[in-house]
Amino acid sequence: MSKPRVVTIEGNEAAAHVAYRLSEICAIYPITPSSPMGEMADQWANHKIPNVWGHVPVITQMQSEGGVAGAFHGAVQSGGLTTTFTASQGLLLMIPNMYKIAGELNPAVFHVAARSLAAQGLSIFGDHQDVMAVRATGFAMLCSSSPQEAHDLAMVAHMATLESRVPFLHFFDGFRTSHEINRVELLPDETIHELVPDHLVLEHRQRGLSPERPFIRGTSQNPDVYFQARESVNRYYAEVPGIVQRCMDRLAESTGRPYRLFQYFGDPEAERVVVLMGSGAETVRETVDRLTGAGEKVGAIQIHLFRPFAGGDFMAALPKTARALAVLDRTKEPGSSGEPLYQEVLTCLAEAATNGDDRDLKVIGGRYGLSSKEFTPAMVRAVFDQIGKPAPRNHFTIGIHDDVSGTSLDFDPSYVIEDDDTYQAMFFGLGADGTVGANKNTIKIIGEEPDIHAQGYFVYDSKKSGSQTVSHLRFGPRPIRSAYLIQSANFIGCHQFSFVENTDVLRYAAPGAVFLLNTDHSADTVWNALPGAVQRQIIDKKLRFYVIDAYAVAEAANLGRRINTVMQVAFFALSGVLARDVAIERIKSSIEKTYRRKGESIIRQNFAAVDRALDALQEVSVPEATTRDDELSLPVPEAAPEFVRRVTGAMIAGLGDDLPVSALPDDGTWPSGTTAWERRDLSRQIPVWRPDLCIQCGNCALVCPHSVIRSKFYPESLLEEAPTDFRSAPLRGRGYPEIRYTLQVHVGHCTGCTLCVDACPARSPDEPEVRAINMAEKDPLMESERRNVEFFRSLPEADRGRIDFSTVRGVQHLTPLFEFPGACAGCGETPYLRLVSQLFGDRAIIANATGCSSIYGGNLPTTPWAKNAEGRGPAWSNSLFEDNAEFGFGFRLTADTQRAEAETLLGRLEDQLDAGLISALLNSSQDDESEIREQRERLERLRSLLAEIDAPEARHLESVAEQLVRRSVWIVGGDGWAYDIGYGGLDHVLSLGRNVNILVLDTEVYSNTGGQVSKATPLAAVAKFAVGGKATPKKDLALQAISYGNVYVARIAMGANPQQTLLAFREAERYPGPSLILAYSHCIAHGIDMRFGMRQQKLAVSSGHWPLMRYNPVLRNEGRNPFMLDSQRPRSSLREYAEREIRYRVLSSTNPKNAERLMALAQEDIVVRWGVYEEMATRGDAAFHFAGAARETRTKA
Amino acid sequence: MDLRTEYLGLELSHPIVASPSPLTAELDGILRLEESGAAAVIMPSLFEEQLRKESEATERLMAAGEQSFPEAMSYFPEIAGRHGGLDRYLDVLRRASEAADIPIIASINGITGDGWVGYATGLEQAGASAIELNIYYIPADLAESGRDVEERYLEVVRAVKAAVSIPVSVKLGPCFSAIGQMAREIVWAGADGLVLFNRFYQPDFDIDKLEIARTLDLSVPAEIRLGLLWLAVLYGRVGGSLAASTGVETYREVVKYLMAGADVVMTTASLLRHGPEYLARLREGLSDWLLEHDYNSLEDVRGCMSLDRVPDASAYERANYIRILEEFETPEYA
Repeated sequence: MSKPRVVTIEGNEAAAHVAYRLSEICAIYPITPSSPMGEMADQWANHKIPNVWGHVPVITQMQSEGGVAGAFHGAVQSGGLTTTFTASQGLLLMIPNMYKIAGELNPAVFHVAARSLAAQGLSIFGDHQDVMAVRATGFAMLCSSSPQEAHDLAMVAHMATLESRVPFLHFFDGFRTSHEINRVELLPDETIHELVPDHLVLEHRQRGLSPERPFIRGTSQNPDVYFQARESVNRYYAEVPGIVQRCMDRLAESTGRPYRLFQYFGDPEAERVVVLMGSGAETVRETVDRLTGAGEKVGAIQIHLFRPFAGGDFMAALPKTARALAVLDRTKEPGSSGEPLYQEVLTCLAEAATNGDDRDLKVIGGRYGLSSKEFTPAMVRAVFDQIGKPAPRNHFTIGIHDDVSGTSLDFDPSYVIEDDDTYQAMFFGLGADGTVGANKNTIKIIGEEPDIHAQGYFVYDSKKSGSQTVSHLRFGPRPIRSAYLIQSANFIGCHQFSFVENTDVLRYAAPGAVFLLNTDHSADTVWNALPGAVQRQIIDKKLRFYVIDAYAVAEAANLGRRINTVMQVAFFALSGVLARDVAIERIKSSIEKTYRRKGESIIRQNFAAVDRALDALQEVSVPEATTRDDELSLPVPEAAPEFVRRVTGAMIAGLGDDLPVSALPDDGTWPSGTTAWERRDLSRQIPVWRPDLCIQCGNCALVCPHSVIRSKFYPESLLEEAPTDFRSAPLRGRGYPEIRYTLQVHVGHCTGCTLCVDACPARSPDEPEVRAINMAEKDPLMESERRNVEFFRSLPEADRGRIDFSTVRGVQHLTPLFEFPGACAGCGETPYLRLVSQLFGDRAIIANATGCSSIYGGNLPTTPWAKNAEGRGPAWSNSLFEDNAEFGFGFRLTADTQRAEAETLLGRLEDQLDAGLISALLNSSQDDESEIREQRERLERLRSLLAEIDAPEARHLESVAEQLVRRSVWIVGGDGWAYDIGYGGLDHVLSLGRNVNILVLDTEVYSNTGGQVSKATPLAAVAKFAVGGKATPKKDLALQAISYGNVYVARIAMGANPQQTLLAFREAERYPGPSLILAYSHCIAHGIDMRFGMRQQKLAVSSGHWPLMRYNPVLRNEGRNPFMLDSQRPRSSLREYAEREIRYRVLSSTNPKNAERLMALAQEDIVVRWGVYEEMATRGDAAFHFAGAARETRTKA
Repeated sequence: MDLRTEYLGLELSHPIVASPSPLTAELDGILRLEESGAAAVIMPSLFEEQLRKESEATERLMAAGEQSFPEAMSYFPEIAGRHGGLDRYLDVLRRASEAADIPIIASINGITGDGWVGYATGLEQAGASAIELNIYYIPADLAESGRDVEERYLEVVRAVKAAVSIPVSVKLGPCFSAIGQMAREIVWAGADGLVLFNRFYQPDFDIDKLEIARTLDLSVPAEIRLGLLWLAVLYGRVGGSLAASTGVETYREVVKYLMAGADVVMTTASLLRHGPEYLARLREGLSDWLLEHDYNSLEDVRGCMSLDRVPDASAYERANYIRILEEFETPEYA
């Protein structure tokens, strides 16, 4: 037998490693935090790694978790060995099938990275709400608490399911375990194989459906037999605990790692005992060790097998001396008499008492750790203290401050029990600076040393651009169990200087710790650059303070802005975790391994960075006194609303954990437009406007993904108050002599994507590279531009009635009601949403499917959907991933119903109101903005009349009258939603004929979860789960929708034809039935240079990959062809478009033959599809023989 | 007719060689050329700068957004066996060397010492019969002297020759003050042969967009004259093989180059215009012409118009120049 291999991996990989080796079939659907398990399985299959029977498992991505459950059920029913990986609402989508799978005694395993459920808000983080929601399905439930356990108990789950025939759900805490890197001793393949006897596999296959031995399963049963049949499985469940324990014992024989169904640790004569499961048990164990060491009689029971709950084993594990129990649930069941584990324990104790057990036990239950809320030794101690009281508080919470219901226990955060011989390091970095990658590499390097244990956990903020990462690394001589963030760091690395100004990076620095700061200040000058608050902490905690100019070192080594190697070297040099020479040698060999294929010179550049980093490290001589007395900068300005300052500000500052329950909305309702209050400082370069060159076309503002480029026109007289360097120009166009135009960049929010510069058509006649908008270094401009922004925002918003909605030039003046989203720099989706907000935002209600757009649209602390000066703006909500079309349809139903009610009530109150007003209110077509303005005025008159009427009808009419202004219902989401998981709903909503506007932000891949293939992914493109290139064409959703005949359909690409984009939005919104807009959205997941995203859109269109079209059923009423092609015949090859995208190019580097074949097919597909489109555009009127003419028909309209 | 010749010490069945083009970049094209009778094939240049940029861009774009958002640690699958342009090139070279019986000559265009030597070693290991150094260098630095530029060339030749044991040729451009002296120094530095001449890419401007227009025209027969002249000058006077390149459309250009003194004649343009099968027609044309004109072998015709057959080369030069001027007729439109 081969020696077990020790690796440092994440919990997800630890579990998937076993699952993969014991499966033939794996259907999956991506969902955080379980996605990496499926991705790794796919990766292994692509590497042709076999399972223990020598076959490469089949990994298939389905359209939803519901689809996964169906495929899983089918596979296991027909004798396949199958597994899947999921979490959260994904698991809930599997519930119907889970009952079937269990009811038919199908042996199989779900591995779940347990996650919160979307309730008052979505959370991707960890708790047990999802797994607890399926505890009634009949699945056995096995819980792991660390990456090693996730590996070992995954094994036990697969062993036990085959032996017991009961399906297993193996779960561990999302993120805390799924994403924690720790040392794992891998089970050798031979061991895995040996532990699963072949005869069990053969018996399972024999039970599968086969026409060779036919039977039926899945009958409909009636009152005569259903009940008895349901009871027939009891004996299988009764055997599960024994089987699981035997499997654990067999595993222990092979590995030396023993497990119990109920693992007790602590004083054998403990009086106070805590019961829990999951990663929190690791923390409890650490704390119990410390407390028992101090003589306290405490202990804990860690639950591995939650279902079936083996009461006898539980009672056996509980010390006879126990007098008080606290059962901790990492879940919440509002309205229950207690959470599930608490109830299970109570039932068990009650049954024991019924059977004569006469223990005198106090039992309380409490909740902890929802959504990965920290669970620390201080909290554990508080729980033990609580059950030591004569009247402990039941149904408590720990880890929050509940000042509303008073459930929370107090705890002393200063109680920290970190081991002295564990080295703890925290690193503050930017997502883009490679800090996390370098730290993962560090853990790998150190984890390979035989005597050092390593743990890594990473915390990210909620933005996709300019996000902050905090890495928590621990190294020590013993296994590291601390399942919580570092509370006392020996080392703080701050990789961006700006963090010391706005983030309390030294909060967790231990006395005497090392503080390493990346800055261009030298050791001599840095002190005065630090805020007083930081100076104070350095002095008080006696920190050893070092600086390094990592950017200068990286640049000198030709590494550009990649500082990861430099900072890694500095860490090793200062930390002493490894001897310096050893560390440098290990780093260099890791560099060689990483860059071997990329050439000697890259290796040498990195080596140079390593050597230079050591030289560039300077120790700062810390003065005895502070030289400044300022605090960290405020997260939001003092002018912000009270809620934003008190709540949002605390969240931005990283102090959200300290907010009490009373500070938070009860029902998930948050204020609009909070991104504007956030002080972000994202890009070193910003666009600067040249009024003298500008033709005021509005293209830059149109393409800006972050709504940072705004334009306004205003009377010249207003400039009297303007800051001296405020720029303006005469408004172009005749008849506006006294009117000025300003294009203002909101500098703090600019990500520096440069799409605006690329979109600018105006160039200097003298210097062709200079345009009317150009990038410049931000620092010298920051102060004056901030003043300019402030003044600009004080200028009046344009009167919407005076704006030409039909041109890009006009639309630029409409105030964006979607601003500063935390999307990726250069995002291709957000410009469409901003346009929606400009055109219809003041009367729009938006249903947003889960995905990128719901994250940058609704992820706290700040959100971009805003309101205008009148207080109106888009009302936005996210329900789920799968139900968005239906969710938005519900909005329409309410709007239609309330409008009908308003009409009825107007009729009933006719005598008391103005007949002319009623008629105008009911008959206004509200086709354009001025009519909408008029309708709003009528509404105001109606309201003032109603105020005078003392009748219930008047009150009802007041409450629904707003629906008399045409409501614009938008249903927004990505292709994962529209083409896959939500397609059934989308299709149905289209078929119902109601007036909804569906906007599909088509990135042709699952962007938010990291690039998995969707049915929108084009032929020949590579994506996760299509590593060999997608072999089937993209689904033509436009044609499918057109087939209804009464759906307005448009395919648009802003970068190719902004005018057509604008036209399509306006037509769709005006169309009185369902509309579907498919918007090409370039994306980071395409592997493109995002600076040229809009150019790429042009190529997508000119190559025929993305033909622009509109299908407007209204035209049929006029006897005209509703199908209009808005782009010309393909005039460049698909290759010309594809070669600029890694998703295509990568295939030619792995499998050039297949790449050629798929590209040829894709090109052929374009030709065929274009033919179909052209035929559709030309039929119906003999005069239209080509696309251009078809386009003209529209112009005449 | 015995058309056998020797180039860089390699025995070739005749003197017509397929020079770098998209046809010689892929295995299928190389095999088609062999089938059509190419005496040898030269693969397109490995451009170090391009490969490095491509590899860096791929890494950068694939890694964009990685490890910074909790729901997406990456945006691309881990792809087994992903390799860059160098691996692809070496793979084609390896397979072509195994599958074809004719010599496969690889070509490099480097920018760094590492690049030249590293790539040359890789090409030798992958089975290249010889290496052509495509030294494409525009001395845009006005402080750089002619001697500095020449020394760059010589350094590359010396470094590559020290690293490999297969023959090495140098493809030269015509922009040297003293081509003859330069040619001799290159051979002294170790080159086994010279290819005359490289057609430098010369940019055009798009005056509407104020951009540099990328155009590449196939060569035409009128362009052979510079090569003819210098082959005629160098024939028999520098050691090493001589190859002619540029402007071959018919067998007539082949004959001319041979008469000037070329050991082999290379063509790209005619094969791209007419397809790889056209090579057989060039060869037949050459053979027929030699027969018709009573030449018994290539040796009879090779160098027959070269300068070493003329006592005073510079007089020959001036005379030719004056004659050309005298015969030039003013076109009607002038």
